[in-house]
This record gives sequence, structure tokens and C-alpha cells, in this order.
Amino acid sequence: MKIKKNIAISDNGFIFDSNTGDTYSLNPVGTEILLLLKEGKQLPEIQKAILEKYDSDNATFEKAYLDFISMIRQYHLTEE
Amino acid sequence: MSEKKLPFERPIIKKLNVNVPNKFGLKTEYDPITSIDGVMVKDLIKEFGSPLYVISERTIRDTYREAKRAFSTRYPKVQFAWSYKTNYMNAVCNVFHQEGSWAEVVSGFEYDKAIANGVQGQHIIFNGPDKTEKDLEKAIKNGSLIHIDHFDELYTIAELAEKMEQKPKVSIRVNMDTGIYPMWTRFGFNYENGEAWEALNRILLNKKLELVGLHAHIGTYIMVPWAYGLAAKKLADLAVGVQTKFNHTIKYIDLGGGFASKNTLKGAFSPGTDTCPTFDAYAEAISTAIISSAILPDHMPILILETGRALIDDAGSLLGSVIAIKRLADGRRSLVIDIGVNLLFTSFWYEHKVTPAQPFTHYTEDSVIYGPLCMNIDVIRENISFPLLNKGEHVVISRIGAYNMTQWMQFITLRPNIVMIDMDGKPHVIRKAEQNESLTSHEITPDYLKKINV
Ligand SMILES: Cc1ncc(COP(=O)(O)O)c(C=O)c1O
Repeated sequence: MKIKKNIAISDNGFIFDSNTGDTYSLNPVGTEILLLLKEGKQLPEIQKAILEKYDSDNATFEKAYLDFISMIRQYHLTEE
Repeated sequence: MSEKKLPFERPIIKKLNVNVPNKFGLKTEYDPITSIDGVMVKDLIKEFGSPLYVISERTIRDTYREAKRAFSTRYPKVQFAWSYKTNYMNAVCNVFHQEGSWAEVVSGFEYDKAIANGVQGQHIIFNGPDKTEKDLEKAIKNGSLIHIDHFDELYTIAELAEKMEQKPKVSIRVNMDTGIYPMWTRFGFNYENGEAWEALNRILLNKKLELVGLHAHIGTYIMVPWAYGLAAKKLADLAVGVQTKFNHTIKYIDLGGGFASKNTLKGAFSPGTDTCPTFDAYAEAISTAIISSAILPDHMPILILETGRALIDDAGSLLGSVIAIKRLADGRRSLVIDIGVNLLFTSFWYEHKVTPAQPFTHYTEDSVIYGPLCMNIDVIRENISFPLLNKGEHVVISRIGAYNMTQWMQFITLRPNIVMIDMDGKPHVIRKAEQNESLTSHEITPDYLKKINV
């Protein structure tokens, strides 16, 4: 899964889609995941990075990650 | 190692709609409710289970005293009568009775409850359209205040009076136009068409009944105090008419219940906390109307109030837990909690305040809060901007003291414990959680249906 090129992500959790003019806000975990996706990272690497920093477990993270990805798709922020 | 890690919050993304009013409401600028009267929510749930009804004795007494002060500083003789149907848990009733409230009941079941709680017969007001002959006999024998709803009842009481050779103490319920909508005309005798005056004439000419008062209950969740001023004026006019024609003095005027609580009605533009009139505003309208009426100073009646929801809503909370967090097809968050409409009947009228019981960040999601019932009607909040909760975390639903512990439905699940937190912060179970046997013990399966083979 790839994030569209025209999506700008700021470190403080704002997204701007220059094609549509839409803006979005993210919480800190959401921001980190999106930045990693933008770098082209995939689930295993992202999971490792987040669980090293945040207090959670694999099952909790995976549920939350899948839910988050579904929203990114719904907002058409991904290619494909 | 894990001590050094940051707390994990579910990742969320939210579209920002510039200049579009958000139907999910404003950002959450409130704090979690972690404790009630000093007792931690998580400890209450651990000890008494989830969901759990919690009643604050302190809030009941504080609210009652505030209402009492508002009226008794404006009017010389004020008497509250606790409206049993609003919440007839015996412990709740007895807090009100300890504060000096009489009882107001609308069925034989409620009447017997008041007697069993120790209320003296002459301090029970018996309202409602359905009083059986047996109920009436009991009420007459005990000298209770019988509020007549219709002519059939009036004649039944007159017959019983003759048979029992006792003089029943009666009032009539009067319905009237006070400018509010809907106008309740199904209970009692109408003022405008002269029916109420006719009923009073029949009672006073009959001589077997003692007319002690006049009663009106104009509706519920009345947001305009002046409607009570009008009702009080009309009852005062009837009292003056009775005094003039029969030289009979009315002992009390009872204005029923109906004051709004701070809950927000569904579809309301502003929150109930902003729009709910104060007890002072109701008291001012009612006292002014009676004092400035043509009733002579020596004949000033006792003012009785049957206030229900406004006295108990704030004292009740419903604690629950998150069962699941789902995503609806339209992208909205769905939060399934263990509190359903079977336990929260008032969710059909109110947008109840739901608050997390543990700290949360300022991030929110557009959410729907569903109950646990496998039924489409089971919705606690349709549109709410809600913090990010996890499975197993707790919520507190506030202001649920009125009507839920009486109109609850035994549907799909069993009713949980009710605890009351006393003035020293000690919780007491005042109604035990139901068990399967609480219900099945009332069922009878015919013998021929006992054997099945599946
Ligand atoms: C006769 C009577 N009195 C008092 C009440 C209590 O009303 P509320 O809870 O609106 O104050 C009711 C409720 O419907 C009622 O019917």
C-alpha cells in the first residue's frame, strides 16, 4: 500500500491533499504510522517501530492498524 | 522496560470540515469522571459489577434542600410529596421521607410500598386513574389523600364512604390550558369547560366526602415557570369559588410535578444545563400567583409539590464498560457498551451525557454509542464526538436517577446491582442484581412440555 505523492504530512499531525484541497488531522500514533507508510514501510516494520516506542501488544496494535488503514483508504489517500 | 514506553492510543485520522457545522458537536472540553462521591468508578465496578446503577445520597439531600429553600423562602407552608413512580427504590424513597417528604403514589403497588416504608396513611397522596375498590378502601381507612380522577371514581368513593361509615379525604385533579403544548386533558376534570367546578359542587353537596385540596399536574419537563403561575391561579380561583359558595376552606393546593431536569432533550438546540429553569424561578411564579390571588390571608392553603425528575435525575449515574470498538460502513466509529436501552429507558427522550471514567486525550472520533442488545433500537447516543476508548474501559452516564429504575425493561439481559453511596462515601447495595431464577421462578412450564429432544 502506498500513500499518494500529493499528500503532505506535517510533524504535528496535519495532512493536506493538494489535489482535493482537503485537510485532515491525526493523533500522534496516527501521524507516526502515516509518516512510515509515506516512507514506503510495511506492516511488520511499522508494528516493530510503534511497539518499541508505545506500550501495547501485537493484537491490540494490529486491530488498531487495520482500522486506521480502512479510514485512509476511505479518504482516498492511498494509490490504487 | 515497559515503564519507559509511552501510553498507546489508537491511531485516528479525521477530516476537517472548514465552515461546516459539525452535527457531532463541539470538541470534548470536559474531564473524565473517575469517581462518584469520592469512590473510584473502577473500584465500584470491580466490587459490584458492570453495568451498575449508582445513587448519590448526598446529591439527593442537597437537591431536595435547594428546592425546599427556594419554595419555603417565598411561601409560608410548603410540603413536598415524593413521586414514587419516578424512583421507588425503598432506600431512595426513605432519603426523601427522612428529609420530610410525604409520598405520592399512583397504584396499589406503590401505595403498599409507601405504607411498608413507614409513611403514615394521612401523608400519602393517592393519584391516578386506576385505584381499585380494595385500594380505595385501604386509603379511606388510613385517612390518605385521594385525588379523584373521574366521575366513576367519585361515585365509587361516595358509595364506599356510606358502606364504611367514614368520611374520605378527597381532592380533585384538574386539567387546564396553561399555554403549554401538549395540553394534558386525559387526567382529572377540565377547568375551562366547567367540569372541575361541577365535580367540586357534587362533592360539597354530597357531604359524605371531605374536600381537602385541589390538584393539577400540567405535564412533565415544563421549561416555562409561568405555566405553573397560570395553573396556580386557576386552582386559586376554584378555591375562592368554593369558599364563597360553600364557606368551605381548601387545605392545600397541589401543583404536581413536571419541573425540567438538566438533561438535554433529543433535538434540543442548547444543552439542558443551559436551559433548565432554577427551583427559584418555579417557586417565584407559583408563590406569586397564590399570594396575589383572591384567597384570604387566613385561608392560605398549604402548597404541595410532587416534583420527581428535577429532584432525582442528578443523583443517579449508570456505570458501564466498553465491549467492542467497531467501524461502521460510513466511517463512523461504533462503540458497543454494556448499557442498553433496557436499562436506560430515558435514552429515548434524552441525549444523555456519556463520559469516560479514565483520563483521555483531546482527540475524538465521530461516534455512535450502541448498547449490547441484538436489536436495532438499542442506541444510547446517535451522534457524539467521543474520546478514544479501548475495550474494557469504563464510561459514566450521568443524570439517570429519574424513571430508569422504574421503567426499565426486563429484556434480553438481567437487571444489575443498584448501589447507594452514603453521606460518608460508603456504598450500599440497595437492590441486588437479578439472577435467572428471579425471573424463571415466576414461569410455569406445563408437564407435557418439559420433555424435549433437541
Ligand atoms: C401526578 C403526578 N405527579 C408527579 C409526577 C412527577 O413528575 P416529574 O417527574 O415530571 O416531576 C408525575 C409524573 O408524571 C405525575 O403524573
